[in-house]
Amino acid sequence: MDAFTSFIFMLDSATRLTVPLLLACLAGLYSERSGIFDIGLEGKMLAGAFGAACVALITGNMWLGLLAGIGVSIAMALVHGVASITFRGNQIISGVAINFLAAGLSTFLGQNWFSQGGRVPSPPAGGRFDAITLPFADQLREVPILGTIYAELISGHNILVYIAFAMVPITWYVVFRTRFGLRLRASGENPKAVDTAGINVNLMRYRAVIITGVLTGIAGAYFSIAQSSGFINNMTAGKGFIALAALIFAKWRPWQALGACFLFGFLDALQIRMQGTELPIIGEVPVQAIQALPYILTVILLAGFIGKAVGPKAGGVPYVKER
Amino acid sequence: MSARKPLPRWADLVLVPALNLILAFVVSGLVVLMIGENPIEAMEIMLFGAFGYGEGVGYTLHFATNFVFAGLAFSIASHAGMFNIGAEGQAYVAGLGAIMVGLALDQTHWLLVMPLAMIGAGIIGGFWGFVPGYLAAKRGSHVVITTIMFNFIAATLMVYLLNRVLKPEGQMAPESETVEVAGRIPQLRQFWDYFGFAPVNMMFFVAIAALIFAYILIWRTDLGYRIRTLGLNSQAAHYAGVSNSRIMMIAMTISGAMAGMIAVNEVLGVQSRLVLDFVFGYGFTGIAVGLMGRNHPIGVALAAILFGALYQGGQELAFMMPGITREMILVIQALVILFTGAMEGLFRTPLEIMFTRISSSRQSTGAAEQATE
Repeated sequence: MDAFTSFIFMLDSATRLTVPLLLACLAGLYSERSGIFDIGLEGKMLAGAFGAACVALITGNMWLGLLAGIGVSIAMALVHGVASITFRGNQIISGVAINFLAAGLSTFLGQNWFSQGGRVPSPPAGGRFDAITLPFADQLREVPILGTIYAELISGHNILVYIAFAMVPITWYVVFRTRFGLRLRASGENPKAVDTAGINVNLMRYRAVIITGVLTGIAGAYFSIAQSSGFINNMTAGKGFIALAALIFAKWRPWQALGACFLFGFLDALQIRMQGTELPIIGEVPVQAIQALPYILTVILLAGFIGKAVGPKAGGVPYVKER
Repeated sequence: MSARKPLPRWADLVLVPALNLILAFVVSGLVVLMIGENPIEAMEIMLFGAFGYGEGVGYTLHFATNFVFAGLAFSIASHAGMFNIGAEGQAYVAGLGAIMVGLALDQTHWLLVMPLAMIGAGIIGGFWGFVPGYLAAKRGSHVVITTIMFNFIAATLMVYLLNRVLKPEGQMAPESETVEVAGRIPQLRQFWDYFGFAPVNMMFFVAIAALIFAYILIWRTDLGYRIRTLGLNSQAAHYAGVSNSRIMMIAMTISGAMAGMIAVNEVLGVQSRLVLDFVFGYGFTGIAVGLMGRNHPIGVALAAILFGALYQGGQELAFMMPGITREMILVIQALVILFTGAMEGLFRTPLEIMFTRISSSRQSTGAAEQATE
């Protein structure tokens, strides 16, 4: 295999690893833009993955699985919403609780229902999103460079991958070009002004939180019924926190979110590929160094050493009407 | 009635946390009911497992020791207005300090090893808390995000060090060498066989000392006064001449060092070597303990025992009831955090209205009596 093809394979693997990060990152974007901090992305994804796996297993229908994933994830998002919007609770604490709740309930119920140590078995045929071969992919495979890119990199993913990437322009349009988006951003920057304009801040925030639930639900379904089949304990493995890092890295903007998620997805692919390989001069690169890179980069960025990440001004502050 | 009075002190400190805790247990009970087990029976098994016999009590106290350190770590940072969710990572890296002292001095005596290991673990854990504190104070980073990131950095760093540096030649498992008996912290069962095989050790007494230390630090020293002022009103503190950034860094360092004591307890008191993921979520549970205990040492002590009992009783429950796994504890823990931390208003607001009505009706009847006289 020549260097070009192997590079394309690597990008292909990076694409697959980017998808859940991207969905979770955009999910967080809606919530945080509206003024609700969300460190519970991880938990919502995990709950979504569990719900999707259970329903896909029972019904054998991937779409019902996806819907279930979204439904469970929205339910978790609403718990966060009720705690942080209606009861004006601490949004960080609520997020921590969501993460524990998802980790505990999924393993606990999974073990109880399926008795496989918390695993949910693979769904039957039709219960899983399979790769889609785009038109002419096989015919064009032999065309040098462009054919390889089309057949290997662009074609051959499942539908959720295409949905995730389509969400980037959609999110950009919704957040920056619609009235809803303007109100959403205003709720996160200056809720008082939104309220003065006669718009219900809390309702805006609830809507944002529900959109977050939808997207983390799709991300969860991607884990359990698209990327792999069946649910295993803690299968999101911290990806929700990497998505959060990517969101900060992107300074809460959709196209930059794509860039940050792809960078982190690529690092993940690189890390998998480098395991046990010796490089000239440097020798064996410790994979942990690459694994830690997204976190280290985020810390450096947050500290303002490479640019400055400033979140929505009213983020984390419950809105109180009378004052 | 817009002018609601704040709750009386007893209601604030006892009634609200108790109601929240009961709600968390009721919801957990519903989950147990949902899977077709009897929640009352489950509760009885947990209580017996945690307090019913010596070994159970020993395990409960052992877990509670970790939770006191984790809860105090959370509380001390909280008093300074900072949300340290990095106790997990701080305790994890602090394991390095504990094991290095343990391995270097395991030919001497535990009386020498224990204080030095505490210092070693405190320095490294404190450093892991200091950096996010520094970044928050001097560079304006959000301490929550930084500590989350530091937890992950700690996890990858420890995997690397255990695999490449600490693992002895020719060994497969990523573990350090074992500390000789002389360097291990004695377990209480060596003096009192009531505790069976429970690993509760001398660090239990350190935990009690830490509670007293935290009380004196926060409420009886200048530094504690400054920490509390910063947490209550950072601008007021600034105008009063407090160097906020310095206090932030100090509070986070103490918090990290406190989390580091978990490492001493686990590494030299139980495992006698450094293993992967030895912190086992104790640092995260510290958030629940701190919230439940209202950041006061007495509250933290009670909450630590509660969670210690939950962990030990939960293990017993998983053993006795085939339908229930250890993860039930995580669910209960999540609900406690949710109801006592994030949904506090659920009971507080109605109670405030209720107490305001009671006191105002009392006043009006009192006024009516005076008028008739």
